[in-house]
Amino acid sequence: MLNFSKINVFLIYFIFLVIGLFSLLNFQNESKIYLDKKVNLGLDLQGGSYLLLEIDSDPLVKEKMQSKVIPLKKILKDNNLDYSNFKIEDKKLSFVLSDIEKFKVLFFSKKDNMVNPYIDKYNSYELDLKINQKRIEVLFSKFGLLSINNSALNQSIEIVRRRIDDVGTKEPTILQRGEKRILVELPGLKDPERIKNLLGKTAQLNFRLVEDNEEFGVEKLISEIGEELKVSKRIVMSGENLIDAQPNFNNQANQPTVSFTLDRLGAQKFGRTTTDNVGRRLAIVLDGKIISAPSINEPITSGNGMISGNFSFQEATDLALLLRSGALPTPLNVVEERTVGPDLGQDSINSGIKSLAIGFILVIIFMFYKYKIFGIIANLALIANLIMLVGILTIFEATLTLPGIAGIILTVGMAVDANVLIFERIKEELKTEKSIIHAFDIGYSRAKITVLDANITTLIAAIILFAFGSGPIKGFAITLGIGILTTLFSAYFLARHLTSLIILNKKESRISL
Amino acid sequence: MIDKKINFSSKFKTANIISVIFFILSIIFIFLKGLNFGIDFKGGTLIELRTESTKVGISQIRSTLSSMNLGDVNVKEFGEKGDYLIKVEQKKENNNNLIPDIKRALINNLNTEVNFRRVENVGPKVSSELLKSGIIAISLSLAAMLFYIWIRFEWQFSLGSIVALFHDVIITIGIFSILSLEINLSIIAAVLTIVGYSMNDTVVIYDRIRENLSKYTKLDISDIANLSVNETLSRTIITSLTTLLALLSIYILGGEILRGFSFAMILGIFIGTYSSIFVASPILKYFKVSYKTLEKKEEKIVP
Repeated sequence: MLNFSKINVFLIYFIFLVIGLFSLLNFQNESKIYLDKKVNLGLDLQGGSYLLLEIDSDPLVKEKMQSKVIPLKKILKDNNLDYSNFKIEDKKLSFVLSDIEKFKVLFFSKKDNMVNPYIDKYNSYELDLKINQKRIEVLFSKFGLLSINNSALNQSIEIVRRRIDDVGTKEPTILQRGEKRILVELPGLKDPERIKNLLGKTAQLNFRLVEDNEEFGVEKLISEIGEELKVSKRIVMSGENLIDAQPNFNNQANQPTVSFTLDRLGAQKFGRTTTDNVGRRLAIVLDGKIISAPSINEPITSGNGMISGNFSFQEATDLALLLRSGALPTPLNVVEERTVGPDLGQDSINSGIKSLAIGFILVIIFMFYKYKIFGIIANLALIANLIMLVGILTIFEATLTLPGIAGIILTVGMAVDANVLIFERIKEELKTEKSIIHAFDIGYSRAKITVLDANITTLIAAIILFAFGSGPIKGFAITLGIGILTTLFSAYFLARHLTSLIILNKKESRISL
Repeated sequence: MIDKKINFSSKFKTANIISVIFFILSIIFIFLKGLNFGIDFKGGTLIELRTESTKVGISQIRSTLSSMNLGDVNVKEFGEKGDYLIKVEQKKENNNNLIPDIKRALINNLNTEVNFRRVENVGPKVSSELLKSGIIAISLSLAAMLFYIWIRFEWQFSLGSIVALFHDVIITIGIFSILSLEINLSIIAAVLTIVGYSMNDTVVIYDRIRENLSKYTKLDISDIANLSVNETLSRTIITSLTTLLALLSIYILGGEILRGFSFAMILGIFIGTYSSIFVASPILKYFKVSYKTLEKKEEKIVP
């Protein structure tokens, strides 16, 4: 175990040097003249927000089911199917029918099916039937629900991305998590409440006429100044027709406003309505609340308009941003939030580095005290170990978290174990074995299996932690796991080679360990 | 380090009785007193805040919050002077404005700048998922260890190590229950690391036991265990010491966030080291392990 071929020695130090050089990349200045790689700091160290958003597709499912009513009735009528007792429930429609077989054929036809489209991707229809004697229930199939959910999720991710990009935070991460969730990581964010506010609004904007009398299709809404208005349910124009929105300041009224530009279709609709209804009031409704309800003074046919309301400039800016980015298909709920302020992050870095330094020094002193010259070898291996650990973290551009730093410190404490196992074994062999070289040789080979066994168990724990942990904990698993690999390398290659240099050049026949 | 042989096997019986008592006590506490779950597993909101003025007292913060009718609120001092930790229990309805509301109320009532250094908010669905995945992770790691030892050693060793692991995990959690310490995600990480460390320690001794079993076929298992524990004792002590040095450094200097984690780890190192010597080794005796056990395994491998 103590004889190294030249090629082996070269390989050992070559690997160490290459990996070690990567760790230096973290110290280069902003210009990044070499490779642009470095260890990323986790949100808990650099400050920032982690948000887990969940879409609520229930309202969407209800809405979609409602939209099936008209085409379904049309099919029944067109084919002379007599139905009765038609009921619209939350997520299903039901009715009584005599000729069920005929209806089934129509309902499950692949061609020009206006009610129940076939989804090629899932090899399934959007809707399903439940037949209970004469009563038919129409509900979404498993894949119908899935496709509603997926399209809502994808659309939401897109809108969330637009809104966050518009705010201009640096390097945001926006990812899908599972079937219903969106993970958002915003490093270095100063005001998480603003983002949460922006993401929490569906921002469904529509323009509806204010009615005088209480007829069918009118609902009562409270305006921004507390006045109760009767607003038609018929939507004149919605936010989908907006192509731009910008915050402005209206000098005459001395208040912030939002100006908007409509697309061609929107401009036509808006022009027609404003022409026909001069003198009436038009309510601007956002997420079921009236922002304002100005009177139509003259026809607006240019496709440009302005929304005034009781808002501050910040609110006008945010409203413009929401309108520009488009409406979310369904509400988003924040189901998990973790925010760390930048000063706490800096404090954590400081205390992490301090405890790493002190822990490191204590272990080094202890090892030197215990094993003298071989302690120095173990310590050199430990230093090499740390350099390589940082190097590998850099190569993979891993994220370092506060628990990650704890993992490094723990690695420092546990890394010497490999060398301790070996040295203690050699000590035992020295008691019976006369030749020093032989004792070292046997010591290294006998301890090898134990060292491997012992480290693999910790590696298993680290891997499981990595698979199940979230965020900061994952960071701990990463440093702990990589630390084990670098430990094995430094103990079994670097330290062994250094030991062999000492042993093979030693003239006296006694050695103290 | 230690040349004088310690007779461990004479102490196995007493140690085992102590272990059983601690184990049962831990289970009783875990089931009767329960665990102090943090918001990670219970849901709720946590705010770490720093007040600029040293005149602010904890009672002012408490009274401000209690006037807001937030339900179960817990306020305590945290780290440096002027730093506080607020925990608000999970409410049924989702209140997206909770954090700005609290901030506004505090600024108005305390007449000072209030800096929210850390905000964590975990919903009920997520917290139950986190708890589930934590339990799965610990169970899975125990199973993986069992499997690994089963491949590397004989089944008696596998069982012995798993008993030792259960011993460590249950007693560590039991102590957290007794002391009402908070269990959060980082404690789960600590428990998993303890599992790895304790296993590591047990494997070193088992390796030696196996080696000595085939070396000294005349000795019975209790003497072999005693000899093996003694032979590996200085390594056990040195490694525990260096690991403890590193952990103490985190515990003292690593800040409030890592304190619970490092405490659990320190506890685990002691329990894990103890269990490798006093739990994992004597169990082999109860299984009547001898050099013949090893031969059987070899016969199986080479048919």
